[in-house]
Amino acid sequence: MDQIMWIALFLKIAVVLACCMGSVPFLVWFERRGSAWIQGRVGPNRVGPFGLLQSLADVLKFFFKEDFAPKNASRIYYYLAPMIALIAPLGALTMIPFGSYVEVAGQVINLQIAEVNAGVLFILAFAGLEVYPIILAGWASNNKYSVFGALRGSSQIVSYEISMGLALVSMLLAYGTLDLHSMVEWQSSAAGMWGCVMNPIGALIFWICTFAETNRLPFDLPEGEAEIVAGFHVEYGSMKFALFFLAEYVAMIMASALLATVFFGGYSLLPGFSHLVGWVSSAQGWPLQNVKAFFEFASLFLKVAFFMFVFVWVRWTLPRFRFDQLMDLGWKILFPLAMLNLGYMVALVTYLARSH
Amino acid sequence: MGKINTVNVSKKYTFKESLYLVAIIQGMMITLKRFFEGFVLHKKFTIMYPEERRDYSQRFRGEHFISIDNNKTENCTACFLCETVCPAECIHIVADEREDDQNLYGVKKEKKPLSFDIDALRCCFCGMCEEACPKDAIKLSRNYEMSVLKRDDAIYDLDHLKREVKGLKGRG
Repeated sequence: MDQIMWIALFLKIAVVLACCMGSVPFLVWFERRGSAWIQGRVGPNRVGPFGLLQSLADVLKFFFKEDFAPKNASRIYYYLAPMIALIAPLGALTMIPFGSYVEVAGQVINLQIAEVNAGVLFILAFAGLEVYPIILAGWASNNKYSVFGALRGSSQIVSYEISMGLALVSMLLAYGTLDLHSMVEWQSSAAGMWGCVMNPIGALIFWICTFAETNRLPFDLPEGEAEIVAGFHVEYGSMKFALFFLAEYVAMIMASALLATVFFGGYSLLPGFSHLVGWVSSAQGWPLQNVKAFFEFASLFLKVAFFMFVFVWVRWTLPRFRFDQLMDLGWKILFPLAMLNLGYMVALVTYLARSH
Repeated sequence: MGKINTVNVSKKYTFKESLYLVAIIQGMMITLKRFFEGFVLHKKFTIMYPEERRDYSQRFRGEHFISIDNNKTENCTACFLCETVCPAECIHIVADEREDDQNLYGVKKEKKPLSFDIDALRCCFCGMCEEACPKDAIKLSRNYEMSVLKRDDAIYDLDHLKREVKGLKGRG
């Protein structure tokens, strides 16, 4: 690779990390203010304008807390768990294309950190990794509550991963590729359509499963405060807890980005944006493709922002499931539904292929 | 005998109900409405405490004090009625003889409290001491901000109780 490619790679990593990690404080603030608005309260509004610096103050507090580890914890796994928790979703984020390509100095740079043609498999592998921090944290911290949380978390994630995978497989049938870039290209092309139009049930199943995968309400049984204190991270304090907290939000961003990419057109321009691209590019004299790439990034950003809003919205609407209800939903409803939906997609894809 | 309305909570769900999605969307519409009420209209039930305060009733029973006359002498005559009536046994009085030069105003009082301690951590704020007092000496103010940094500070001595209390109007 020549120099421009290296610089571009580092810039891409910087942009993705900045957008993802930088939005977490805002998301935490929004989660707290949003819950307050829904419940007729005020929420944090003292630190900074509108309380926006509250998360910063919290992080500062976490830094000054004692780095405590329980006496009989197995140290290596105890410290490893929060690291894996953050690494897994960040690793999966490298696969998400956040724009088509830009042209710099006559070179085409794809806006995707890792250009792997089996991107979906890679993402599924990293999503599977998200079970490990929960099990490790629960087991290594030598606490009954955290073991309960770990057991709940692992069984929940494994159960919902099946329906999630089947929903994804049904879309892979339609796209005929594992490359996320070409998936988005197909969805934004004239012949194609958004995945959720073609396969609404699959999109719904996938959406529900992302909630379960990221341990968000109504599926936050691994950390059910009322029953098992805080679940798998009972024994974690200071920055280790903050890492788990950060990892939860990064995982949510990753899941939203994947949902947007596979089912909601990914970085393809939102309606109305194509006019804006032409107008900005002609008014400023900037190259059309680079302006388009910027607006594609903005489109994906807005889509992810909407899904993040839904995460918060659902959290403060629905109560937590009981564990048997969770398993019933996963195995008796979503799994058969995903199978039937797979059959429907097979029929649809064959029909479309015949008619061409 | 009229008909008694009962709700059968064990009824089978209809197909539409068993889908749950309709109910979930209805619920989410309610929270969305509330969200915009809070976000746009700033509708809230919170009292922004240090700036805004809840308006308590005039009869609210808060922190204790002992009323004083113009000479800053306490009205208490150490009669022990409040200590006797106190159900929480939080009042401790040591009585003493009162010097003549302390009786400049009003009726002559023969006794005075040498020490008058109220353990606010034991007190249940029933107000019986106030009702028992023949001299209207011990009273409960409307102040409810009584937090202290040390446990010892919660045991009020005579000097603390004799402080001048503002905003008593309306309390009989």
